[in-house]
Amino acid sequence: MLWIAIRMLTGDAQKFYGLLFGIAFSTLLITQQMTIFVNLVQRGASGVYNAPEAEVWVMDPVSRTTDVSYAMPSTALDKVRSVKGVEWAVPHLRAQANVRTAEGDLEGVAVIGVDDATLIGLPKRMAEGDKAVLFAPDAVAVDDTGALRFFPAGVSPIGARLELNDQRALIRGIADSIPSFTSTVVLYTRYSNALNFVPGTRNRLSFVLVGVSEGQTPAEVADRIEAETGLKAETREEFAQAGIDFIIENTGIPTNFGITVFLGFVVGVAIVGLTFSLFIRDNIKQFGALKAIGVTNGKIVRMVAAQAGLVGMIGYALGVIGTVLFIFGFSANPFFKGFYIPWQVPLISLVAVVIILAITGLIAIRSVLKTEPAAVFR
Amino acid sequence: MTNPASPPCDAEAAICARGITRDFEAGQTTIRVLHGIDTDIRSGEMTYVVGESGSGKTTLISIMCGILWPTEGEVKVFGTDIYKLSDTELVNFRLNNIGFIFQQYNLIPSIDAAANAAVPLIAKGMPVDEAREKAKVLLEKLNIGNQADKLPRQLSGGQQQRVAIARALVHEPRLVVCDEPTAALDARSGRRVMDLLREVAVAPDRACIIVTHDNRIFDLADRIIVLEDGRITHDGKEMPDGH
Repeated sequence: MLWIAIRMLTGDAQKFYGLLFGIAFSTLLITQQMTIFVNLVQRGASGVYNAPEAEVWVMDPVSRTTDVSYAMPSTALDKVRSVKGVEWAVPHLRAQANVRTAEGDLEGVAVIGVDDATLIGLPKRMAEGDKAVLFAPDAVAVDDTGALRFFPAGVSPIGARLELNDQRALIRGIADSIPSFTSTVVLYTRYSNALNFVPGTRNRLSFVLVGVSEGQTPAEVADRIEAETGLKAETREEFAQAGIDFIIENTGIPTNFGITVFLGFVVGVAIVGLTFSLFIRDNIKQFGALKAIGVTNGKIVRMVAAQAGLVGMIGYALGVIGTVLFIFGFSANPFFKGFYIPWQVPLISLVAVVIILAITGLIAIRSVLKTEPAAVFR
Repeated sequence: MTNPASPPCDAEAAICARGITRDFEAGQTTIRVLHGIDTDIRSGEMTYVVGESGSGKTTLISIMCGILWPTEGEVKVFGTDIYKLSDTELVNFRLNNIGFIFQQYNLIPSIDAAANAAVPLIAKGMPVDEAREKAKVLLEKLNIGNQADKLPRQLSGGQQQRVAIARALVHEPRLVVCDEPTAALDARSGRRVMDLLREVAVAPDRACIIVTHDNRIFDLADRIIVLEDGRITHDGKEMPDGH
């Protein structure tokens, strides 16, 4: 009977494609929006991900994220270095500055000062140039967002001079970094250079980046630093999560994306529900005839379930493929740099599709089950 | 419950209906459509149930073939009291013993004639290919073997009716129930279909009931039961005078 059910469904091309469109569109909307949401909020942790060597981040107790920090006195670095289990500790400065572009416009940038000796705090890879270029005087490395924003396509930023807070900065390399949540242009430079670029206040050490000794866990060392220095210390994972939580708590993004995902679900229920009900209504006489002939309600339910299952499988696959193509198609756009589809997202949209089909299937099947076989004689 | 005054069932009867009453609710009022019908349907005969619209003929055959519960009375089909069966047993009983021919054919539009004719076999669990082959043999017998691969919309009304006949007979039921089989056909096609039905559906071990008000085919009946206002007013070989 399942063969008949599938043929009944695919034989009505208009409704079959309507159902596929409904499920595929719903899946695409839910999967694509959730993927963008997850990747976007993860940008709240980009500052942490861009400094891969740091296992523990030490900061003033009021600091919350890489972008919401309160500077510490430089003595904090020595305090941290004295804690047992700290293999190394380096200064890390994060501050805002202004750059005058070639067109004369003013652009706000983030200046990140990395350790003078080891360059710890730089992203793992450079898109152009070598990390060692930062040892040159006034050298900065711009992130790829800045390279695209400040310079026309085809023009290399290497060697370009910037007016950074009224001081000369020379771009010597392009860092391959994860963009920040706000896609602010980031300039990487050595810590001592950064102190010159950024207007002075008494305390300017934003973070101390720590590597832990062998045999120690980052969590143990972080606890020890907090206990012995009075500073706040978080493991890499904790601090990354803090950045994500900050975005979720302080922006309307979850609500906006949540509404879109919900609308995707509602659109799916509406399109699929309407089309499925029309399909069932158009075939109600045939279903009634089958019941009269001797097809049990159980078999009828399985027939409708098979129809819903087929539409669901194909529609869901089309929706997920659509999302993959979307992400792949926009991968060259800096906004979508590093975007990926977490495995949980397709799983959640699968659950949504199953719920959509369960709701619409139950509504549709009610009319079939309520149809008396005797109705075919009327 | 049957009326004590009802005659006992004929042991040879394919269908024995006793004291059949059926009420329908219409808002606050209850309308009695059948009033204690007693009748037997015998195998090897083509029995017509005729009457005006609203006389209760469709209700009567719906009850006799197990798709509509009577308000009162009992129906034995080949000795089985069908309304004492569970729902699933009754559905299976219909599948194994009864073939249906509907006025509107009710063929599935997206499967071909052979598959439509094979539906009862597929419902019984026979593999689709095997069921289609068996159905094709019957379609050959009904002179539409060359239309077996066509969809219903590609067939004429008469050809669709033949497919419906094939579907009713493919699983070799012992009872065939037809609802206005000629209503959608012109006189010539209707006559041809009825001749065919008599040829293939009437057998010594098979009963055939036809609901109709098409007086062009009354002469093909072995027996005619006339219903008026839910009561049998005539039961004989020919139509009574005045009809």
